[in-house]
Amino acid sequence: MSDPAMESLYREVILDHYKNPRGHGVIEGADAEAEGQNPLCGDEVSIYVAFDDDGETIEDVKFSGRGCAISQAATSMLMEMTKGRTAQQVAALDKDELLAEIGVPLTPVRLKCAMLGLTTLKVALHKAKGTPLPDGLAGFDDLELS
Amino acid sequence: MASAPTATKKLDAHALRRDFPIFEQKMHGKPLAFLDSAASSQKPRQMLEAMDHFYETSYANVHRGVYELAERATAALEHARERMRAFLNAPDTREVIFVRNATEALNLVAYAWGLWNLEPGDLVVVTELEHHSNFVPWQYIAGKRGAELRLVPLDDHGELDLSGLDALSREGKVKVVATNLVSNSLGTINPVDRLVAWAHEQGAIFVCDAAQAAPHMKLDVQALGADFVAVSGHKMCGPSGAGALWGRTELLQRMEPFLTGGHMINSVRADKTTWGELPHKFEAGTAPMAEAVGLGAAIDYLEAIGLDAIEAHEHELAAYALGRLEEVPGITLYGPPADRRAGIVSFNLEGIHPHDVAQILDLQGVAIRAGHHCCQPLMHKLGVAATNRASFYLYTIPEEIDQLVEGLHAVHKVFA
Repeated sequence: MSDPAMESLYREVILDHYKNPRGHGVIEGADAEAEGQNPLCGDEVSIYVAFDDDGETIEDVKFSGRGCAISQAATSMLMEMTKGRTAQQVAALDKDELLAEIGVPLTPVRLKCAMLGLTTLKVALHKAKGTPLPDGLAGFDDLELS
Repeated sequence: MASAPTATKKLDAHALRRDFPIFEQKMHGKPLAFLDSAASSQKPRQMLEAMDHFYETSYANVHRGVYELAERATAALEHARERMRAFLNAPDTREVIFVRNATEALNLVAYAWGLWNLEPGDLVVVTELEHHSNFVPWQYIAGKRGAELRLVPLDDHGELDLSGLDALSREGKVKVVATNLVSNSLGTINPVDRLVAWAHEQGAIFVCDAAQAAPHMKLDVQALGADFVAVSGHKMCGPSGAGALWGRTELLQRMEPFLTGGHMINSVRADKTTWGELPHKFEAGTAPMAEAVGLGAAIDYLEAIGLDAIEAHEHELAAYALGRLEEVPGITLYGPPADRRAGIVSFNLEGIHPHDVAQILDLQGVAIRAGHHCCQPLMHKLGVAATNRASFYLYTIPEEIDQLVEGLHAVHKVFA
């Protein structure tokens, strides 16, 4: 790659997470799960959470689905970031923390790709634990989010 | 006033391109290869000048004032309506209703016809190939009336499979058959004759979404035999915000209005309002006047080039693109052969999401569409979440397709 813009967006760590996603798979009988979709591009992700014996700490978290390199890499990074945290901590996780991990500037459209996993994870935790919904979904409590 | 197009009878895309100011820029340091005309076309200077001229010399609200400017504006709007009538070969200008776009035109029919004529148990038949604009309004209105939505499926080649029509007619009273003439996603030119005939045998109305057909081929609503035809101006070199619905007089006259308010009335009393004559009954509020004038100028532009020449040019480009794209490793091409498609090519690269393909192409100056193209039922059928789509128009040159193919090789390098 010689194009600096391309090198920046598709930097090695993004491609590594895309090609070797961490936490890819399904947790049978998960304690929390949700399915998210990006209506702009049709990307889909499902997230599965298993809690520790305390019922709060995330013992394991996995994802399945299909999407672009940005959405898949960001979700893969998210799996590493959230394992071992509590549901409350993840519900309060700021999107900037994930964006810092991704580490490349994103256009508004690609930002939605990058946030698909985090939004879906927060919805899963909301359904299981009643933690706050992510920004933009607040007030949609009555909707069937699945 | 607008000057004549640079090229006349013989389509010379390199020359026509000079009518489009957008191509005077570079994109990320590369020539702009704009391959997303199916989403919206670029605009020729002649059309832009016609709108400017209208604003600068003839602008006032139409159909109201008695002063000279208002009369000039009204004449300009009505001239545009006449241009659209001729473009569609409609029998009567009163059957041409200006709307924002094909989506609004189709919603108008769904609400103003469907809401009042559909009964519980009736069938509304659309196809798996529909744009959401000719799918969601019918699903919504059918749902409100307790009618059922049925889909004509696609076969494995992406063509409409009409073998189930007889079974459908036995299932219930078919009231609406709605389909596109050209698929925005695959470019398929649909053979609608049989569907038109079948619809009328059932006593159903036939609603044609011609948004993707109108820019690319000669339309004749009378030869088509449709009851309603929807077009979007922005896909055919016109401005955004102006499109048209054509409908048969006898149907339009019997219909209730869609939007109500100013201009669409005959008389308003505290206890009762009566509706205006066609087409005004369906044009509540101030019309997109300058946009309609621009759309009229776009029709002038297209007709000076010749719709036949445009269609031939697109077939040529589609054939060239299909041939060149076959060289790209791991590519899957969707849709029919070049002679049965408009200038639209949908494809996927194995293992690489369309968003990533489109993003990397953008950095090479190539603009394509990546996504579901407002055709999620079709994407579901193809078993993909999204596709890449390159689409062509009268100003597209083979060099842009070469740039696309080179760009796809660069995509492979990134994901190697």
